[in-house]
Amino acid sequence: MMNKPKEMNELLLILIFSAVVLTMPIWLSPLGAAYPDLLQKFAIFGVFAIGYNILFGLTGYLSFGHAAFLGVGSYTAVWSFKLLSMNVLPAVMFSVVLAGLFAAVIGFVSLRRSGIYFSILTLAFAQMSYNLAYSVLTPITNGETGLQLAKEDPRILDSAVVDGLPSTNFFGIELQGFSGFYFCAAFLILGFIIALRIFRSPFGLKLRAIKTNQTRMRYTGFSTRPYLLTAFVISGMYAGLAGALMACTDPLAGAERMQWTASGEVVLMTILGGVGTLFGPLLGVGIIKYFENIFSAINEQALHAIFDFLPTWLEEFMVLITHPFVGEGWHLTLGLLFMLTVAFLPGGVMEGIDYIKKKMSSKDTDETEGTSTTKTAEEGSSS
Amino acid sequence: MTAVLKVEGVNKSFGGLKALNDLNLSVEEGTVHAIIGPNGAGKSTMLNVCIGQLVPDTGSVQFHGENITGKEPYQINQAGISRVFQTPAIFSELTILQNIMVPALAHRDGNFKFNAFKAMGREKELEEEAMRYLEEVSLADAAHDLAASMSRGNKRRLELAMCLIQHPRLLLLDEPTAGMARHDTNRTIDTLKKIKEGGMTKVIIEHDMHVVFSVADRISVLAQGHIIAEGTPDEIRGNPKVQEAYLGGAEI
Ligand SMILES: Nc1ncnc2c1ncn2[C@@H]1O[C@H](COP(=O)(O)OP(=O)(O)OP(=O)(O)O)[C@@H](O)[C@H]1O
Ligand SMILES: [Mg+2]
Repeated sequence: MMNKPKEMNELLLILIFSAVVLTMPIWLSPLGAAYPDLLQKFAIFGVFAIGYNILFGLTGYLSFGHAAFLGVGSYTAVWSFKLLSMNVLPAVMFSVVLAGLFAAVIGFVSLRRSGIYFSILTLAFAQMSYNLAYSVLTPITNGETGLQLAKEDPRILDSAVVDGLPSTNFFGIELQGFSGFYFCAAFLILGFIIALRIFRSPFGLKLRAIKTNQTRMRYTGFSTRPYLLTAFVISGMYAGLAGALMACTDPLAGAERMQWTASGEVVLMTILGGVGTLFGPLLGVGIIKYFENIFSAINEQALHAIFDFLPTWLEEFMVLITHPFVGEGWHLTLGLLFMLTVAFLPGGVMEGIDYIKKKMSSKDTDETEGTSTTKTAEEGSSS
Repeated sequence: MTAVLKVEGVNKSFGGLKALNDLNLSVEEGTVHAIIGPNGAGKSTMLNVCIGQLVPDTGSVQFHGENITGKEPYQINQAGISRVFQTPAIFSELTILQNIMVPALAHRDGNFKFNAFKAMGREKELEEEAMRYLEEVSLADAAHDLAASMSRGNKRRLELAMCLIQHPRLLLLDEPTAGMARHDTNRTIDTLKKIKEGGMTKVIIEHDMHVVFSVADRISVLAQGHIIAEGTPDEIRGNPKVQEAYLGGAEI
């Protein structure tokens, strides 16, 4: 018999999560990752991945088009800056709503199919949006230049423009640097709370049941498509929020945000960290963004500095063999890491962590009580 | 007595194969109606037609006087028909308790409800009911195990509990004891008898004559998609046509 899996108290979990997120500027500094630009990216892609996981993790429907909603969010936010106000709050609200509507339309059509056909439909829609942004929609997207602020924008709610371009603000607080990070972090925490609620709710359970046996769900009295569509729209709204946050910290929007590689990135993050777990996608974001920003910045000189303590011939050798993996080669490292994870830990990094936790806890009980009980990981595979 | 389920003139072909051939069946309220017949006779196909998995080529299926032919499976279930499948159909990646909570939610909340903010942990009442049903099929001790890890016999019993918690007006059972050890078969018979006392109408497909004669009020014999005989267990036992077509003169 298995023990009832313990679920960590919700409030405690939220408090710990918030503390970890808000102290990122402190504990990430030894890793060289505590600068605002990267911190903002962690938070923004965290929002994106948490939302994506509500669809992919819970229902198993693999969307290859979520970057389209990210793009819609960014464009909407910039338009809100141009037409209404530099205040980020209306921008965020409009972006989430519009991305949600967009997701409802795309989801409605794509969810007629499942499996690979669903993935292809979402991919096709996203690529279509991307191409439209460059062609017929140029009046809205400003084509290849991207949508930018201009001095003569109406901004009907703001007072007359000062010198140069105005910057985004949250009721007067400018969202540059660390304040930008904390603004995004607040939404990351909010997004996490909502996801946590969904994961532990009857709705979340039903989504998981659809993932494991959709046919059974139908014969159990559920009309499954509305559930899938709801999950799709929610994850689209998260993506829209992430897109809006990008525009809030850097007020411009370009179509490349909608390209399929951007959709693929969030898939990689989720799989690398652990599909369907609460924290996995966030770990995935952390790892990928860290590699992208830190590993890519390491050059030959930096490598020489790292291996300085070795004898010269060994130093040369180490630099020679590590060189292909850093700088431009960070993609190679990431690719290898991804392949190893999928091959040996299909549950992602979270599966590895669960495994270690289980090993340790069974050792504990062996020592103290002499009996071993099996515990399921509390936030891992089971919830 | 009123008919709960009425299958009228149903035909269903797969390519050139006539799986159901002018099938007529009427199941009375509160009875246990057994369907027996050789392999490939069309028994499962008949249930598929009843739950909306297949649409008949011609003919109709009525449930409590309402025509349910061509309705969506979820609508038919919500109307009150639950089915135990021939190959266990459960949620293998969920725990046993979660498996039974899902149909309980369908029964309580209907075919769609966006209850995304109440924790499952707070559904105490529903969970207690679920545990009672798990006890009925002796799976309560394993409630937090993954369903995938169970034996085939236990999966069947779990599926039975999943159907029972929906309080169906009509329960369809497709070989509920196939692949079970004698001991488990007997326990399943006990469970079936107990719910029979509750007055639930049931259609049961079964090859095990011991089970059939323990629980059935009426028996229909299906061969090549057509009912060739129908009656009480005693009548069927003595029917020479049945002996020939199906029982092959075996001792029953
Ligand atoms: N979806 C399908 N497509 C094609 N042929 C089918 C399909 N379903 C059933 N059949 C065929 O219809 C016939 C009746 O099948 P059915 O499963 O109803 O038999 P059964 O009486 O349940 O047999 P058993 O006792 O082996 O379960 C068989 O010949 C089967 O191969
Ligand atoms: Mg069959």
